[in-house]
Amino acid sequence: MAKYNILMHEMVPEHWLVPVKEEENILKSLGVTKGQLPKIRRTDPVIKTLEKAPGIGEIVPGRIIEIVRKSRTRGIAKIYRTVIGE
Amino acid sequence: MKVEISKGIEELKFALLSPEEIRRMSAVKVITPDTYDDDGYPIEKGLMDPSMGVIEPGLKCKTCGGKVDQCPGHFGHIELAMPVVHIGFIKEIYSILSSTCSNCGRIKLPDSNLKEFFEKIKDTANRLSDIEYDDIVSEVESDASEVVICPHCHFENQKVALDKPTTFREEGKKLTPKEIRERFEKIQNDDLPLIGLDPKVARPEWMILTVFPVPPVNVRPTITLETGERSEDDLTHKLVDVIRINQRLRENRDQGSPQLIIEDLWDLLQYHVTTYFDNQTPGTPPARHRSGRSLKTLVQRLKGKEGRFRSNLSGKRVNFSARTVISPEPFLSINQVGVPAKAARELTVTETATEHNFERLKELIKNGPGRDEAVYKPGVNYVYRIDGSRIKISEKNSAEVAEKMELGWQVERQMEDGDIVLFNRQPSLHRMSMMAHEVRVLPYRTFRFNLAVCAPYNADFDGDEMNLHVLQSQEARAEAEILMKVQENFLSPRFGGPIMGAIHDHITALFMLTYRNPLIPLETGLHITSYIDVDRTPETVEVDGKRYFKGRDIFSLILPEGVNLEFKGKLADKSLDPNGTEGLIRIEKGKLVNGAIDENAVGQSKGALLDYVLRKYGNAEGAKFLDNLTRLAAGVISFTGFSTGIDDEDVPGEAKAQLREVGNEAVQKVEKLIENYKNGLIGMEPGKTLEDTLESMVMKALSQAREKSSEIASHYLGMDNSTVIMARSGARANMMNLAQMAGIIGQQSIRGQRQHRGYTNRTLPHFQKGDIGAYARGFVSSSYKEGLNPTEYFFHATGGREGLVDIAVRTSRSGYMQRRLINALEDLKVSEEGKVLDTEDSVIQLEYGEDGTDPSRSFEGDSVDVDYLVKEIFGTKYEGGKK
Ligand SMILES: [Mg+2]
Ligand SMILES: [Zn+2]
Ligand SMILES: [Zn+2]
Repeated sequence: MAKYNILMHEMVPEHWLVPVKEEENILKSLGVTKGQLPKIRRTDPVIKTLEKAPGIGEIVPGRIIEIVRKSRTRGIAKIYRTVIGE
Repeated sequence: MKVEISKGIEELKFALLSPEEIRRMSAVKVITPDTYDDDGYPIEKGLMDPSMGVIEPGLKCKTCGGKVDQCPGHFGHIELAMPVVHIGFIKEIYSILSSTCSNCGRIKLPDSNLKEFFEKIKDTANRLSDIEYDDIVSEVESDASEVVICPHCHFENQKVALDKPTTFREEGKKLTPKEIRERFEKIQNDDLPLIGLDPKVARPEWMILTVFPVPPVNVRPTITLETGERSEDDLTHKLVDVIRINQRLRENRDQGSPQLIIEDLWDLLQYHVTTYFDNQTPGTPPARHRSGRSLKTLVQRLKGKEGRFRSNLSGKRVNFSARTVISPEPFLSINQVGVPAKAARELTVTETATEHNFERLKELIKNGPGRDEAVYKPGVNYVYRIDGSRIKISEKNSAEVAEKMELGWQVERQMEDGDIVLFNRQPSLHRMSMMAHEVRVLPYRTFRFNLAVCAPYNADFDGDEMNLHVLQSQEARAEAEILMKVQENFLSPRFGGPIMGAIHDHITALFMLTYRNPLIPLETGLHITSYIDVDRTPETVEVDGKRYFKGRDIFSLILPEGVNLEFKGKLADKSLDPNGTEGLIRIEKGKLVNGAIDENAVGQSKGALLDYVLRKYGNAEGAKFLDNLTRLAAGVISFTGFSTGIDDEDVPGEAKAQLREVGNEAVQKVEKLIENYKNGLIGMEPGKTLEDTLESMVMKALSQAREKSSEIASHYLGMDNSTVIMARSGARANMMNLAQMAGIIGQQSIRGQRQHRGYTNRTLPHFQKGDIGAYARGFVSSSYKEGLNPTEYFFHATGGREGLVDIAVRTSRSGYMQRRLINALEDLKVSEEGKVLDTEDSVIQLEYGEDGTDPSRSFEGDSVDVDYLVKEIFGTKYEGGKK
């Protein structure tokens, strides 16, 4: 276990793993395919940290991550990224 | 699960042409150095052989059968009698010669070393980057060139030297290209990767030419001059030389001529082949045309500013455009642009004759190509019949052509009033740098436009030039009018407020018209109102039996009906206007009730009234308001007259004494501070050293002096002073500028600090060493009007220089930064659903700007102006909003 949990840092926005059964609904409401979404590497420190969280386990490529961050224009903005390999 | 990701180009690979490949792709073996015969037909097996493609319309290519626009052109080839070096590979040839054994052709490094390098290259797990690979290649080269005894065959190699441009020598003995080629043939394919070559596509001996490719004729077309004379392309000229010398070399070789003659010819062939590739090879006299002009060969076609890349690929030229000097014209609407008649006659719009425009076009053709008349009447330059043939319209044939015109003809009519054009000034830093205008054809030679439009273009009239582009299709015109018209770009996407507005004299004039609501004599008032587009006059008042208009009533004429607005003007600051209420601008039911119209009301980027009109009444009404406003201002100021001069800064003697006192006091205060500092009486401020503390105290004391002088100047200079009027209304300058002219210029600083660099322990030799007093560190107590003493002048120049350097550095940096941003973002688009996508439809933002708001339709960055809506709906008093 790393000394610090980067997800707790105030500059790191919230990252959530989207449950597989919700993926279709989200993609449909956004009107995009998984391939169109921005990517996030499986080796990204955030993904590695998420994997260590209880009840999550390995995050395979193709899963979707929801990122909730503060936005200057919108207040709170939800964006989605598709996990890719490497 | 596999995620599909779109693909891009990963790498490009360059290879060498082998002699076989050159022969294989050749359509003809060129043997004759001639082009055309006496009848003008291309000579068989000559340089213009029709097997290499066609350049004359109507003829067919002998290789593919295509006509001019179908045949891509085909290469031919020349069999060289003796091999020659390719100038483009000189460096590579040299390094291969130096690093390989002349006897066995191996790289002159032991097998163990070579193996080590190979392993690095072949390691697929850690694939090398191109740079790392290049590093290994140059390491092999530099290691192997040092070796004398070949580790493979133990042959003693000699040092090879390059005698520029193309001669190689081994211990003084010349190496012929033939010998080099023989050596290269011995190099094993397995060694090539360490030399930097891929054996699948390149062999080192291919760098020595034995067969010479002749480019297709459409690469080097024959030009037929108007006199009927033919002129060949520079490349063709060079090819003629190559073939001619090649022929002579072959004959001499076959006849067994003396070695000396053969060598001379061989060198000559090498010269021609070298200059064919690059006519500016160092050490080679450039080949010249008969006229003495040096030939433009292959490298010259590509290289430099006039080369293919910078001139033709990065730089594009455009038709239907014009460029000239700009000048102001307050009687044009902001949506218009004045175009000189001379330009209008050259700039055309192509219209197809239909039932709807038939009669109109007919009349236009009858006008001919244009006469020099007092009133501009558009004509027609060319018409195209349905078969595409062109008729030039002249004074003579205009009537005849007009009668013959049929439906479907294309008519190139000259520009007329109302045409939509794009107008642009470089540098085009934001989208308002290119806007659509309506044409007004005018006499003289400049482009003219309303002064309010200077701001978005960042234009002034000190010689600025601008470009104009005529739109050619209905779609383009419609799009430009909806998206690019000046009035559609009132609100800047940068801050969500109007970027256009009144400037300089507009503000001065309206301020003078409304400040303290002056009485304007009836005749003057009527004259002024004749400048604007209204059909009513204000009510008159009678004073001492004479009739007057009130200034504010005249201004109210240009306000849209029903404006209700209250805001603070520049005079709202009580210190500026102690007992007046001129700073409270109140408009009720479209009438200016109170206040002086100033920059805060109608100025660019901050005019509250302008902003209100735009938001409430829309862009068209906004444009009308601004048009009237500029005309009214012109009317007012041409009646009152307005000028300024240095004696505007004359202050009475008593004020002068006060100012001098302020300067002296400040200097004394600084001296006192320094004395305290030397006696250790100054305490350190947090985060500062003792010196810093002193500096900040001194700076404070001196800036107070300038403020005080500003106060004195404002006290003695009143509203009867032109400069004060400009400063107070926000037209130009501010009270500090005024104080600097009349009172004290103040501290000159560099990077926010008092001036301290220069000589040892002092800024200038005029001061004692260690002097850190006010004057020794750049305080200027003189005024601009009085003039500066020499040391003051020097410090002032130093401070001024900092500004110039800053600007130069900033513009180049921000320019490059902007360029990189634009290149990264240029092909993003907003989809119909409001997503931001790139060219492969990958999502950049799910909603534009995350909130889906167009900043130019926003209220100072917010999607909705709640205060405004509350007031409009509930009628409650507007409390000045959040401003
Ligand atoms: Mg200029
Ligand atoms: Zn062809
Ligand atoms: Zn050897």
